[in-house]
Amino acid sequence: MNASNFVEGVDFSMYLILSISVFFLVGITVVMIYFLFRYSKKNNPVATNIPHNTYLEIVWTVIPTILVLIMFWYGWTGYRPMLTAPDDAMEIDAIGQMWKWTFKYPDGKTVDSLVIPLDKPVKLNLISKDVLHSLFIPAFRVKQDVVPGKDYMMWFTGQKLGTYDILCAEYCGQLHSYMLSTVSVVEQDDFDSWLVSSPDTSNEHVGLTLLKNNACLSCHTRDGSRLVGPSFKDLIGRNETIIKDGEKLDIVVDKQYIINKIKNPKISGVDGYQSGLMTSYEDILSDEDIDNIIEYISTLK
Amino acid sequence: MTDSSMSQPSYLNIKKGLFSWIFTLDHKRIGLLYLYSVGAFFLVGAALGVLMRLELLNPGGDLIEAQTYNQVFTLHGVIMIFLFIIPSIPAVFGNFFLPIMLGTDDVAFPRLNLMSWWLYVIGALFALSTLVFGDGPADTGWTFYAPYSVKTGTNVSMSVLAAFILGFSSILTGLNFIVTIHRLRAPGMGFNQMPLFSWALYATSWIQLLATPIIGITLLMIVAERMLGIGLFDPSIGGDPILYQHLFWIYSHPAVYIMALPAMGIVSEIIPTFAQRTIFGYKAIAYSSMAIAFVGYFVWGHHMFTSGMSGPAAYIFSILTFFVAIPTSIKVFNWLATMYKGSISIEVPLLYAVGFIFNFLIGGLTGLVNGALAADVHLHDTYFVVGHFHYVMFGGTGFAFFGALHYWFPKIWGKMYNKLVANVAFAIIFIGFNTLYFPMLILGIMGMPRRYYDYLPEFHSLNQISTYGSWILVSGLLLMIYNLIRGYFNGTKTTDNPWNGITLEWQTKSPPPLHNFDKAPELVKGGPYNYPNAIDGSH
Ligand code: HEC
Ligand code: HEM
Ligand SMILES: [Cu+2]
Ligand SMILES: [Cu+2]
Repeated sequence: MNASNFVEGVDFSMYLILSISVFFLVGITVVMIYFLFRYSKKNNPVATNIPHNTYLEIVWTVIPTILVLIMFWYGWTGYRPMLTAPDDAMEIDAIGQMWKWTFKYPDGKTVDSLVIPLDKPVKLNLISKDVLHSLFIPAFRVKQDVVPGKDYMMWFTGQKLGTYDILCAEYCGQLHSYMLSTVSVVEQDDFDSWLVSSPDTSNEHVGLTLLKNNACLSCHTRDGSRLVGPSFKDLIGRNETIIKDGEKLDIVVDKQYIINKIKNPKISGVDGYQSGLMTSYEDILSDEDIDNIIEYISTLK
Repeated sequence: MTDSSMSQPSYLNIKKGLFSWIFTLDHKRIGLLYLYSVGAFFLVGAALGVLMRLELLNPGGDLIEAQTYNQVFTLHGVIMIFLFIIPSIPAVFGNFFLPIMLGTDDVAFPRLNLMSWWLYVIGALFALSTLVFGDGPADTGWTFYAPYSVKTGTNVSMSVLAAFILGFSSILTGLNFIVTIHRLRAPGMGFNQMPLFSWALYATSWIQLLATPIIGITLLMIVAERMLGIGLFDPSIGGDPILYQHLFWIYSHPAVYIMALPAMGIVSEIIPTFAQRTIFGYKAIAYSSMAIAFVGYFVWGHHMFTSGMSGPAAYIFSILTFFVAIPTSIKVFNWLATMYKGSISIEVPLLYAVGFIFNFLIGGLTGLVNGALAADVHLHDTYFVVGHFHYVMFGGTGFAFFGALHYWFPKIWGKMYNKLVANVAFAIIFIGFNTLYFPMLILGIMGMPRRYYDYLPEFHSLNQISTYGSWILVSGLLLMIYNLIRGYFNGTKTTDNPWNGITLEWQTKSPPPLHNFDKAPELVKGGPYNYPNAIDGSH
């Protein structure tokens, strides 16, 4: 059994064309090398001017035309089913943001790695919060760009139990190659019980959960080390140089500054860090969420 | 011009000094200015390529930072595309040889020609200035895809302006060649008496003239968006990122033919000369260049099959893409048929032409895989694509460029390089090239995405082989360059026509005089490649 319902169509078109290609590559190379020796100056001291040959030229126009039409056809038939998802497909939101995938199930369950039931069509609604990403599952032979501002979708049916890689295939900045996740195909029963279970976050600070779910931690660390943005450790009370309207300003970080940064990161930049990368969380985080985040950050000493 | 006893000094000796070069109006000297600048950037680009391969030798970021890696592949792409491959064959060999092959004394607009070289230099300086000014070189990839290119803090505006200026350089060269071909052919030389290299340049020039303005305006739109906040491509300020992709590829796909067609022209020159017989299917080769240039305008969408394209659009772009393959395959069959019943001398230029055909076949055939919708969904933006375009641009055009250099070297400088060393260098380059790029095709099929600073463990061994290949390749390149430089200083003097070629450049002296010919060249009867000593095989 193939890992997904699309493997057959994609592999057939790919290996069909690759086989025809190998045939022509080997054939032409062998003939070329044969000619180089058969008609070398030594073996054939006097050349013959053959300007053209209508019959041959027709043959080598018609045959490639037929072949490419066949190649086109299998490419199309393998691709067409990807365009429309079946009506009974289970819908899951797949959210891409620098540099993390998040999956949101209809009942609100939100996770970092996708879990899907065996033999059931799944439709992913693709949402990007910042730049282009592309959700790529090599084992399933599916890929679709995730474009901000567009409602794109992709669908597939997992046909073999197991866990497969999810990669980001569209360049999205510094940590593009680390924007990884997995999809696990499980039995329907296991899926059902997984769906109702909730991860044990009881002894985790709400602020931390928010930082995790909103991908803040793919740019900011909690241990003082530098990633794409400044670390959250010792943030409150830190003396820092910011850049506002092109001018450098020395400030002491306080709660209000952090609230402003989260709601509208573009108002100022931090000296030594690339500006423009962090997007606004104004519509995503409530004031209460932001309070929780700040409360958590102030524990990072 | 008419008195043959009064021969002029060669273009190399007529004047000396730096200014006699950088302000020259002689198309041959301008060709050489381009050769040196393009060659220098090739070396810079290759060094960046080797640096990336070193980083990818093992998984885990161990050599450079992720951010640096992203800037390196962007700079590598920008240099190789805009500063090396697009100007390579047209601006170097087109400038030097087009007027001579047409039997005339210069291009139509020599001053414009000099200006396009200067624009090239200014554009190059802009591109390099990002290394020192602003927040570092762009980290967007050479495609500058929005909205990342609008958001990133790196110096995208400068890189984009560089590409804008380089575009003008390319437009002016194209314009110059079109007028030269229409107006300055030797008396009696009809379009169908032109060498195939001129035909290839003719088709290329139209693309340069008509397609380049589109990328120019698109790139300016990026600058406007970054600096003035006009919402064109970034959805968070009301733009559409897919629009950017369309505009970008409307130029950049035809640009692929700016890279490929001149190379095909070179191969169509080299093969008849070393087979000492006429080209097979002159008209098929000439007109298929025009067909490729034309159909090439309508296939840009094949770069966007996973960008969210409607079914009918995907269908049409895919089928048109397959149609471009037909004129291309016809050319390959014609080259093959030109070897049939030839009297072949296996010299270095021919080896590069044969290497071109082999690599270009792999490049073209892997392109078919990408053109098939289902297969492309899996392969798009993976290393399969990186392998594919290096096979086309480097294995194809790059090899043709080296072939042309070895073919015309004795004509340009009147001296010959060491042929044995040149053969050895070719062999090393060929082996290194394939060791470097073939594994990438397999990596792509396995699912390794491109522009990856780090990769999963299952991709390790093929990445290692690829990196070893880059070392082999570079040793071959260095040997080739050393041999050519040695040939320039110490090479043996050659005759005017060491390969027994028949196109007009072989009728003049090596190196040619300032006005190209001491006496008007004689056109070959019965077509530009009609070797008089060969048996007549036209039935
Ligand atoms: C794509 C990477 C990225 C993500 C995701 C991100 N940030 Fe940032 N953040 C940055 C960068 C880069 C800076 C510094 C430059 C600037 O101010 O724009 C920054 C600055 C900040 C600052 C100011 C720090 C200082 O030292 O002045 C705060 C506070 C902050 N981010 C909080 C958050 C929170 C909370 C989240 C999640 C809700 C988040 N960031 C998500 C990249 C990111
Ligand atoms: C020494 C020779 C070369 C080496 C080792 C090399 C290596 C590489 C590698 C490893 C990448 C992939 C980077 C990534 O996706 O992470 C790459 C990208 C690229 N290369 Fe090369 N290359 C070489 C020569 C060339 C030449 C001659 C050309 C063009 C004529 C070229 C054009 C490109 C382009 C356009 C890209 C894409 C950059 C991007 O993704 O934006 N390269 N090269
Ligand atoms: Cu990405
Ligand atoms: Cu294309």
